[in-house]
Amino acid sequence: MNSFKKNLLKKRYNAERRFQWYGKIAIGLALTFLAVFMFQIFSKGYSAFQKTWIVTEVHYDKELLLIDAESPSKDDLENADYYDVAYKAMTSLDPGLPEEEDRQLIQMVSYKYETEVKDLLLKNPDFLGKIVPIKLTASDDVDQVHKGNYPRDIPEKNRRVNDYQLQIYDMLNERGDILSEFNISFFTSPDSREAELAGIASSFMGTVFSILVCLAFSFPIAVLAAIYLEEFAPKNKFTDFIEVNINNLAAVPSIVFGLLGLGVLLAVFNLPRSTPLVGGITLSLMTLPTIIIAARASLKAVPPSIREAALAMGASNMQTTMHHTVPLSMPGTLSGTIIGLAQALGETAPLILIGMVAFVNTIPGTPVDPAASLPVQIYIWSESAERGFVEKVSACIMVLLAFLILMNLAAQIVRHKFEKKWS
Amino acid sequence: MSKIKAENVNVYYGSKQALFDVSIDIAEKEVTALIGPSGCGKSTFLRCLNRMNDVIEICRVEGSIKMDNLELNSRKLDVVRLRENVGMVFQKPNPFPKTIYENVAYGPTIHGIAQSKEEMDQIVETSLKKAALWNEVKDRLDEIGTGLSGGQQQRLCIARAISVSPEVILMDEPCSALDPIATAQIEELIDDLKKEVTIVIVTHSMSQAARVSQKTGFFHLGKLIEFGPTDKIFKNPDNQQTQDYITGRFG
Ligand SMILES: Nc1ncnc2c1ncn2[C@@H]1O[C@H](COP(=O)(O)OP(=O)(O)OP(=O)(O)O)[C@@H](O)[C@H]1O
Ligand SMILES: [Mg+2]
Repeated sequence: MNSFKKNLLKKRYNAERRFQWYGKIAIGLALTFLAVFMFQIFSKGYSAFQKTWIVTEVHYDKELLLIDAESPSKDDLENADYYDVAYKAMTSLDPGLPEEEDRQLIQMVSYKYETEVKDLLLKNPDFLGKIVPIKLTASDDVDQVHKGNYPRDIPEKNRRVNDYQLQIYDMLNERGDILSEFNISFFTSPDSREAELAGIASSFMGTVFSILVCLAFSFPIAVLAAIYLEEFAPKNKFTDFIEVNINNLAAVPSIVFGLLGLGVLLAVFNLPRSTPLVGGITLSLMTLPTIIIAARASLKAVPPSIREAALAMGASNMQTTMHHTVPLSMPGTLSGTIIGLAQALGETAPLILIGMVAFVNTIPGTPVDPAASLPVQIYIWSESAERGFVEKVSACIMVLLAFLILMNLAAQIVRHKFEKKWS
Repeated sequence: MSKIKAENVNVYYGSKQALFDVSIDIAEKEVTALIGPSGCGKSTFLRCLNRMNDVIEICRVEGSIKMDNLELNSRKLDVVRLRENVGMVFQKPNPFPKTIYENVAYGPTIHGIAQSKEEMDQIVETSLKKAALWNEVKDRLDEIGTGLSGGQQQRLCIARAISVSPEVILMDEPCSALDPIATAQIEELIDDLKKEVTIVIVTHSMSQAARVSQKTGFFHLGKLIEFGPTDKIFKNPDNQQTQDYITGRFG
């Protein structure tokens, strides 16, 4: 081999090695970003799955409850006055506290503590007249202190938890009367202005309903459109034009669809504002082109030999399509659909425009009840100043990501399970 | 007796002409072989006989093709009925990605041939037996047809084609993907079938044409150069080009 050839060979090897290194660096960078992002979310968010309780004692005193009856009925318990009983349960933590300072203790639990006192008795009517321990939801400030998210060493006047409250907290903590348990209410409660009570039930259901509505609208329309365009429509300028426009539609920014939803669904059709119905239809405008494109691609991927086989057996075009082509294209269509829905799942802008950003403290039971959605909930909470919402934002992102991962997994499974069919 | 009579058939793909004035008489219950170099239009002609060229948008067929005095090249023809009577076996085995049973039962199902499940079972069994596949698959009829070997798949396709008892079967190089044993099985099958059906087979194998066919047509550059009894074409052709092709001097 002469030196010129040797040089050429060396250059080629070097070029290849360099190229491989660029690739490795690119992948490394991408993984690093992902890891940093995940670490951020998890380290901030995992504490939201823990809820802090303050344990105290409550005396269900018949007199204070203003119950006269000897053996009170459910209604009597329901209509009793719990204010004093609940108040006493909190102030008994520090009997020496002057009455005008009592707010300091009351502020350590959520404003719903009276309801919690009531609910315990309603669940256990035999507690009437007895002194029993009770768990009360700690206020978000105490919650944050307990989770160590709250700096204790800044000057008192800059703190939302004052020295006295910290002292009570430390005392309770030493006695083991501060409990940390899995935060069920994060999943079962709707949104709230109070961080310690706020949950994702409303936005989660809103998202589920929106996605279902979106699926119900976009899937049939998109599949029919794809089948017609791919299997029946003549190939001419007009169908080319439609094809170009479908591809364009897939690239339209989602906020434009939000405007369309606002202008058409709300203003013209008068559909109920802030509901998953409107949100789902708006999102279906977005997923429609995605599903059409996926469905057409998977129809195209069905080998022509299968179509010829069916046609040669005397099947009509319709039979060939329905018996063979469409079933064979379904895995691809379905996984495209799921991916389209996963995109819609993360959409925020169009939902904000159609009013799904309103504060909703009820859990929607149907698609026509007002609701939020997970990404919008993230947006709403991230706007809140209270420290308690910071961890909720991350926790909500984690739920959203879990949802997305599940859907992508489903798409993957659908594809693998049904794809290895024809040779 | 003549089953199919083609007269002055011209076929165009867009502006490109693929067949020039082809006229041919295909006799009933005989095997007719079509031979010729690649690209000469054998498949194109075959596909005229069951109107499979309809699928190709740019393809245009002119001339007259009559089957039992029924004009095939007419807009009014019911293509579904035609294809029920004219089955086709393709070069590459193309069973449906369904079970073996469903593959064979598909034609009878869509054409409403079987009245009951028992009748359908019977049709499936006879078709598979005629295609010499029954013994190999009788215990696994619910397995996927595409899981069979290439030769078995091709025989499955033949079983599928004969399941609706067609009068004519078109075969486009049915053995090109098969080993000699599978090929021999299929040739035997063709021999059997010709008692009841008219068969038109495209093949690149001279020996196969000589073995299975009674008539042979030689195509070249879109024209039917010579057509006649297989014996005569192979032993004593009229045309020099035919002579050259058969003796392997071109093609
Ligand atoms: N779908 C099509 N579109 C355009 N031209 C085509 C098409 N099918 C076939 N042709 C042309 O028609 C001519 C005849 O093709 P045909 O497939 O009939 O040849 P053939 O004799 O079957 O060849 P082979 O032995 O290779 O199968 C060829 O020149 C081919 O290029
Ligand atoms: Mg061919």
